[in-house]
Amino acid sequence: MQAIIQNFFNVGIVLHVWPLLLKGLLLTAELVLVVVPVGAVVGLLVATLYSFHVRWLNAILIAYVDLLRAFPPLVLLILIYFGMPFLNVNLPAFMAAALALFLNGSSYYGEIFRAGIESIGAGQWEAARSTGLTRLQTLTWVILPQAIRNVIPPLATNTLELIKATSIASVVAFPELLRSARIAQGLVYNPTPLMVAALIYFILLWPLVRVLSRLERRLIN
Amino acid sequence: MGQILYYYFNLDVIWRYLPDMLGGFLVTLSMAALVVVLGIVGGLVLAVLRAFRVRPLNWLMIFIVDAFRAVPPLVIMVFVYFALPYVGLSLSSFAAATLSLTLVLMAFAEEIFWAGITSVDRGQWEAARSTGIGFLGTLVSVILPQAVQLAIPPLTNRAIAITKGTSLASVIAVQEIINRASSAQAQAANPSPLMLGAILYLIIFAPLVRGSRWVEARFGRRR
Repeated sequence: MQAIIQNFFNVGIVLHVWPLLLKGLLLTAELVLVVVPVGAVVGLLVATLYSFHVRWLNAILIAYVDLLRAFPPLVLLILIYFGMPFLNVNLPAFMAAALALFLNGSSYYGEIFRAGIESIGAGQWEAARSTGLTRLQTLTWVILPQAIRNVIPPLATNTLELIKATSIASVVAFPELLRSARIAQGLVYNPTPLMVAALIYFILLWPLVRVLSRLERRLIN
Repeated sequence: MGQILYYYFNLDVIWRYLPDMLGGFLVTLSMAALVVVLGIVGGLVLAVLRAFRVRPLNWLMIFIVDAFRAVPPLVIMVFVYFALPYVGLSLSSFAAATLSLTLVLMAFAEEIFWAGITSVDRGQWEAARSTGIGFLGTLVSVILPQAVQLAIPPLTNRAIAITKGTSLASVIAVQEIINRASSAQAQAANPSPLMLGAILYLIIFAPLVRGSRWVEARFGRRR
């Protein structure tokens, strides 16, 4: 017990490394604020383009979505960060991480929005078009509002996963929360900072996890 | 073009590191198999325990399950590998990674199975119990078969996601695909091994991603 408190919940060490962890948390937040909105918007764009049913375009979109969903985000990140410099493309760690997470996230968002749009019956399209709305107007004002409501739970799940995935940026030495905790651990020879980082993730993401449990269960029942 | 071929699809380099990379491929596959089997079985056991509705036990279980769903798997893995040794619990990197991913999948699987169990109509419980089948008998032979059917599509997606998570093990020096690809790249000063690694991942996941669409269509709820 003493050893656990000493090594995982050492208050003196928490106070000592707190500023470092806070800086890491801010960088994690920055990454999230870039990746989630951009990923969602591009995913929506992919799904919208898909709904126009242009055959050659859809082949490309499916390839984009399936290919990127097949790669673990960490693999994308390593390809971008360690593979691209050979073509003289040197991205800083933040950009590389944001790009990898964006590619991964947008493909999942695209797939989710596509499922949402397809869940709306053809009758809605026909009714809206017959009143004189254009295709784009129908999509914007009739289809999407219903489609998005249908896929809120998977959207929230994907957002949670994307937020958690920002921790991979630590691998390319971007000093977000996990990386900061590792640095702090090295400074004080004590793993309390790792525990604190885990607790920060838990406290910030727990509400989202709870809401998701509710949403998913309501969907099944 | 020549430059792209030389750097990314250099057959000499690929040929030299192929045996090593295939070793990594096997490590990834065996870790994934272990994690998926242990995680799903563990999740099912937890969901069954939860069905007994012992209040304090369930609160504890919900708390732990939520924790493993909220904290990034990489953070859990780094914690298990780098922090637990301070209290005398040293695991090999393979064991640490497998344990971490198993716990994460177990948490998600418990939640999915539990959602399946609660979605089976109360009438089914009452009807089965009224025929004289015990609580456990009802759960195992009446409720679970229906619950598991509902759980298959989300469980498939989770299992695929966690299998992708095996790449995180490279961070704690498990010699799986991406770890070996990185070392090979550094040794050869040529990123072709990274492309080879990416192709190996495609070999695993492209069929799985396609297959999950099929599972969705086959087992998913019809609207």
